[in-house]
Amino acid sequence: MVPSQILPLEVGLGVLVFWVVTGLLGLLAPHNLRFVSRVLFPVSAAGSLVLAGAGLAGLEGLAQTAVLALGLPDLPFHVRLDALSAFFLLLLGAASAGISLYSAGYFRAGEGTAPGLHCLQYHLFLAAMLAVMIADDAYLFMVAWETMALASYFLVISNHRLPAIRGAGFLYLLLAHIGAIGILLCFGVMQGGHGDYTFAALRAAGLDRFWASAAFLLALFGFGAKAGFLPVHAWLPEAHPAAPSPVSALMSGVMLKTAIYGLLRVSFDLLQFQLVWWGVLATTLGLTTALFGVMFAAVQTDMKRLLAYSSIENIGIILAGIGLALIFHVYEANALAALALAGTLYHCLNHALFKSLLFLVTGTVLHSTRERSLGKLGGLIRSMPWVAWLGLVGTIGIAGLPPLNGFVSEWLLLQAFLASPGLPSSYLSMLVPVGAAAFVLAVALAGYVMVKFYGVIFLGRPREARLADAHDANWPERAGLAWLALGCVVLGLAPVWVLAGLGGTIRLLAGDGAALPGAQTWLFITATSPEQSSYSAVLFLVGIIGALLLAVILVRKLYHGRVRRGPAWDCGFPGQTARMQDTAEGFGQPIKQIFEPVFRIDRRVPSPFDDHPRYQGVIGDRLWYGLYLPVARLVERLSAAIGILQHGRINIYLVYSFATLIVLLFFMR
Amino acid sequence: MTPSFSGQLINVLAALLLLIAFAMLAQRRVLSLVYLFAWQGLVLSVSTTVVAWGTGQHHLYYSAALTAVLKVFALPWILHRLIIRLNVKWDRETLINIPTTMMMGIVVVIFSLNLALPISEQASTVTRNTLGVAIACVLLSFLMVITRRKAIPQVVGFLAMENGLFFAATSATYGMPMVVELGIALDVLVGTLIFGIFFFHIRETFDSLDTRHLERLKER
Amino acid sequence: MIQSLLPQALQTVLVVALAPLLLGWVNQCRAWLQNKSGAGVLQPYRVLHKLFHKDALLAENASPLFRISPYVQFGCMMLVASIVPILATDLPFSAAADVIALVGLFALARLFAALAAMDVGTAFGSMGARREMLVACLAEPALLMVFFTPVLIAGSTSLTTIVETIAHRELMLYPSLAFAAVAFYMVALAENARIPVDNPATHLELTMIHEAMILEYSARHLALIEWASAMKLLNYSAIGIALFLPWGIVTPGHWALVPLAPVALCFKLLVGGAGLALVETLSAKLRIFRAPEFLGTAFLLAVLGMLVRLALER
Repeated sequence: MVPSQILPLEVGLGVLVFWVVTGLLGLLAPHNLRFVSRVLFPVSAAGSLVLAGAGLAGLEGLAQTAVLALGLPDLPFHVRLDALSAFFLLLLGAASAGISLYSAGYFRAGEGTAPGLHCLQYHLFLAAMLAVMIADDAYLFMVAWETMALASYFLVISNHRLPAIRGAGFLYLLLAHIGAIGILLCFGVMQGGHGDYTFAALRAAGLDRFWASAAFLLALFGFGAKAGFLPVHAWLPEAHPAAPSPVSALMSGVMLKTAIYGLLRVSFDLLQFQLVWWGVLATTLGLTTALFGVMFAAVQTDMKRLLAYSSIENIGIILAGIGLALIFHVYEANALAALALAGTLYHCLNHALFKSLLFLVTGTVLHSTRERSLGKLGGLIRSMPWVAWLGLVGTIGIAGLPPLNGFVSEWLLLQAFLASPGLPSSYLSMLVPVGAAAFVLAVALAGYVMVKFYGVIFLGRPREARLADAHDANWPERAGLAWLALGCVVLGLAPVWVLAGLGGTIRLLAGDGAALPGAQTWLFITATSPEQSSYSAVLFLVGIIGALLLAVILVRKLYHGRVRRGPAWDCGFPGQTARMQDTAEGFGQPIKQIFEPVFRIDRRVPSPFDDHPRYQGVIGDRLWYGLYLPVARLVERLSAAIGILQHGRINIYLVYSFATLIVLLFFMR
Repeated sequence: MTPSFSGQLINVLAALLLLIAFAMLAQRRVLSLVYLFAWQGLVLSVSTTVVAWGTGQHHLYYSAALTAVLKVFALPWILHRLIIRLNVKWDRETLINIPTTMMMGIVVVIFSLNLALPISEQASTVTRNTLGVAIACVLLSFLMVITRRKAIPQVVGFLAMENGLFFAATSATYGMPMVVELGIALDVLVGTLIFGIFFFHIRETFDSLDTRHLERLKER
Repeated sequence: MIQSLLPQALQTVLVVALAPLLLGWVNQCRAWLQNKSGAGVLQPYRVLHKLFHKDALLAENASPLFRISPYVQFGCMMLVASIVPILATDLPFSAAADVIALVGLFALARLFAALAAMDVGTAFGSMGARREMLVACLAEPALLMVFFTPVLIAGSTSLTTIVETIAHRELMLYPSLAFAAVAFYMVALAENARIPVDNPATHLELTMIHEAMILEYSARHLALIEWASAMKLLNYSAIGIALFLPWGIVTPGHWALVPLAPVALCFKLLVGGAGLALVETLSAKLRIFRAPEFLGTAFLLAVLGMLVRLALER
């Protein structure tokens, strides 16, 4: 360590302090929107960039540790920055830079919480996520985790005057805490009775198979409640639409990844060995979650709910990748484990960028049209070209299409799936390929969902007359969107460097000897060897653009370029109105019909003699009715039973105290 | 190591058998089911011939001929006549969910292939790899019987199961002794005839061949 | 560099130029099978020529996306054409994509087609987009399972390696490859908007899938789309040939095959085109909600192929 060099860990801590201070500055002028949005948010975006730089610098370096002078007596906070933390810090910095920049232009006077207070919550949220990623003991981890949950809770209910939003916030808080209990128990199991909760001690605990499995399951449950794995996903589609768009972007883009970070930290780093069935469980759960999420996304009518379900899908894909990596890791196929991990981490980064981008896009659309229902939007590409074209980048990215970023991670994961027939277990070598089909189905359906999302919002004709005077994003918003879109393009076109950068993180997780997926030359990425598979995004882009230009030039040279404009033809039907286009329901109908058993559909069909026939079909989540409501009823019944104790008479309460005292004294003897 | 030509041919025929088993699982039409059954018999008979030719086991030629006569002509003919007589030619099963059944079928196949793996690794016959396919055929036919409601498809399913067992015997031990095979053939033939008589009775009693009506026979 | 770029350019130009011919051949065969005289194999060229000469008529509210989309589709198909080994495997571009990336490229073209179809905001356009995306969603898992078998045999997803492995193996009966090939054929029918999933010659808007998407296009834009879909058919055939019938494609070190390669290619395409016409004549278009069953069958066949490969051909 060279003293003159500033270490990434110190930079990270600096940014943490900087964010907290920025947030507190907001309290100086809580109602001054100009100060908060034009000064504080851009400044905090600069902090994010510094953090991203620190993360980048920390990717290859050795792990650095520090003990802070904070915390309880004899229980100080430990922090540590290794390649895994550095990767997630990079993710946090890169995504939050764009989101903070966008937030500078997003907030309007008179919306929800006062801007200064909002600023404080926002920055506490950022700082808490940072702290989660560098925590090196369970104590700091849980403190940061709870701070993160609380800060985000207050951000979600920023518009707390609406009862629906309060309800969504409550559900979020509830599941966040149930998850936190899971994580707490997981740490409790892992310390193995030594009472030392630093991560170094957890690593050395030497658990047996049973307790390690218990820890893994608790981690899967606890972190799953934050990430949105089935069946603890229910808060996502409620909280994301309720929150302001930059908050949704931050929650979906970054906060879900803290759960992934936690799961990776526990299952690969803290637990000293892994078992095959963990991987099988994670892969199955991940694929189920992905399919569930994408099918529900396809039938949504609220644009932010659609994106929330799409987040569930992406998280499912990431979990499937983790599961696959676990399987390969256990069988010591380290090159393949590295491949699966590369795909997983890459997808985390991708999802942070494109999902943030799309949530921010919906924010601008929401602001300029006051409309979140897909059925009332349309044609916005003409009045909001900036948002539309930047949104197209995110759409292509999330649909997993070359040459953008979503494709790279999905390609890597598919390569890992394709390698699975080489597994020593004959059952797995036959079943995992079938899982690959589920994976591809989820990815293909994501393309369907994204065509629906983009097409219904931006293309076609405006479904409402007032959409024509929707205004485009303002400059800070454009800058934020452009930053994220640029990220998607760079991650798409330069996978060679990204994979090289991921090397340290992958080695940390999959073991030192792992051959990394990477590059033969700067042009191509390969999964394991160049004969096996290769992909070059740059050549794709050059090829497509080259062919495109060639076609344009040839057509222009050889033929005339005359264009006339006329009314839309539509097979000569004259009475076209904008309402004849597919609505969101219409676009999702085939999915609803084909995958009908997945949904709980509440249909009201009018009778033939109805004067004002109304058709209604409400799509519900079977798990909500099959799992959540019964549990809620059980809790209510239990509380009612305990409620017998309540009488309202002070004498009886005193009797309780008296009895307790007697019992305690009896046992204390 | 490249298997001999007859070995490859047997693999192809085994794959075809598997395919036909799946096709039967997904087939809605009663009549097509009988045709598929006949095809299955044909493939079975050809594969037995190939095994006989490849291994020089002459008694298998007789089994192949017996299979051809019984399963390609006699049984389908009886079933066909039954269908015509019972006038259920256009009967269609309302299968609940074909994709789900198919996915279950795939899982069953994976299970049986893995089940046979240790056995076929020890065996030295040309046909050792096909044992898994044979088990899969039996289980798939079983699955088919479970998912059907009408009587005739259920009987076809039972017969298809017997085909699978026959194939298993050929692939594991180059067939059973001739006496046993003759006995089974006779059983199957007689069984089908008895089933035919039953069909008429069932229909007379319930006016339908839907076996759900048999639930009414339960004592309360 | 120049030496390797020359065959590359040659192959790309060849595919771009010959794609309408394959379409013309299929249409001609179908006409013959249906006892019609047919318009001749050169008819697609005449159509393209006519379309390029017309004035483009755009809907008033068409956005730039609508105008770019045909070029993107054309560009994607051209790129695919330069990657798939058709005559020889030793192409500089072929490392740019393996089969999975090729599927991604097809999907990119499809996404732009679907978005453009929704752009004008007509009822048929969005219906076509929705159906096209649906068929694609269901086809892609089946397509992936199809790839598993050749990938298992060759141990690689790169088309070049697959061709070199399969073409030089000892001749054997591969039931797995046969299953996969049938499944691939079914998927290719669906992806190329042919009967029984879609009808390229339909005149009834409600039964359209691909045609409904391009109703608003005219003149050079329509010509580019038609050309791109002809190239898509040829590209799919080329992928099918590379995966399942690679004999005759020139691989490094087998230069004696060079004169034979075009002959082999023409023969395969002629037979394949006639087969396509036969299938289209014999089968009827399915209801759109029967398409899942059709593609489910393809998926099943592909899975069986893979399982047979893993269990039987050891």
